[in-house]
Amino acid sequence: MNQPSPSHAVPHDGRDPMHEHQGSLRGYLTGFVLAAILTVIPFWLVMGNVIANKQLLILAILALAVVQIFVHIVYFLHLDTRSESGWNMMAFIFTAVLVIIVLGASIWVMYAENANMMPMSSQYEQNAISHQPTTRHPTR
Amino acid sequence: MNTTAIDTAPPAPSDYYSLTEAPPRNGTLLGFWIYLMSDCFIFASLFACYAVLGTEYAGGPTGAEVLDLPGLAVNTALLLVSSVVFGFAMLEMQRLKKGAMLGWLAIAGLLAAVFVSLEIREFLIMIAEGAGPGRSAFLSSFFTLVATHGLHVTLGILWLIVLMVQTVKFGLNEDNVRRMRCLSMFWHFLDLVWVGVFSYVYLVGVVR
Repeated sequence: MNQPSPSHAVPHDGRDPMHEHQGSLRGYLTGFVLAAILTVIPFWLVMGNVIANKQLLILAILALAVVQIFVHIVYFLHLDTRSESGWNMMAFIFTAVLVIIVLGASIWVMYAENANMMPMSSQYEQNAISHQPTTRHPTR
Repeated sequence: MNTTAIDTAPPAPSDYYSLTEAPPRNGTLLGFWIYLMSDCFIFASLFACYAVLGTEYAGGPTGAEVLDLPGLAVNTALLLVSSVVFGFAMLEMQRLKKGAMLGWLAIAGLLAAVFVSLEIREFLIMIAEGAGPGRSAFLSSFFTLVATHGLHVTLGILWLIVLMVQTVKFGLNEDNVRRMRCLSMFWHFLDLVWVGVFSYVYLVGVVR
């Protein structure tokens, strides 16, 4: 793919790291303004009691957070498909997929477990109150 | 060394390297990025803990009772401004203006230090009110996640101070530029994690 060039053979290829995917003043200021707006909106939603529906409010907060995270990635971390021959992006996508699986699956599994165990746990608590703990394990 | 007899010319491109795929030109930055991605997993698992345990109050205080939103707004602003100021320092570094870079770095570090001290103050107030990490599963997961982030910021400040001393002593050499780029990623990454913390842990924690 790439022609062998002297720069690849020399370990310290000059000042190259300084000129790779660098930011600009305009980029940082754009990111700052966008991030500030995306921060103020959820605070306003919660502290001003704007949305009465709790589910809708939580969804709005989370959606704004996801947008803000992407603003940070683009304008502050300067992640694009060209940096480090695309390996940064590959690592990021891999991480994002795994994080979504870890978060989503944990929440899904635990909420499902919680819902399934609810009647049993209240029964269990009633038993624990009315009987001594030894009756829980009659075989011991 | 006998330099007359030995061939000192750089090795010619051979079959042994750089044939098909060139390695990234600065492996450290990629490696540090991968470290940050692994750090994402630490925070993801702590976020998952909070998501699962965040409503288990055990008869103790709820999120709406103990979480301080005005204080949170101040902390969020501090960290965001600190992140942008660090960006300004990077711009000065690209222009090789050492003095201006150190000035911006000092401001960024100071803002982060105020952030950490306000967070510690909030923790101490909560613990004094009887809402310490041992009170309920909600508070355990809250303290673990927020304190892990705070610890990262604290270590970032320490790193910043060391790097400032290094730059004053040895100037903007290649090593320090590379370290600055790594610290800049770390700094912005912590601000990114804070977006998740203030949105999900605090705002959602107060609402639900």
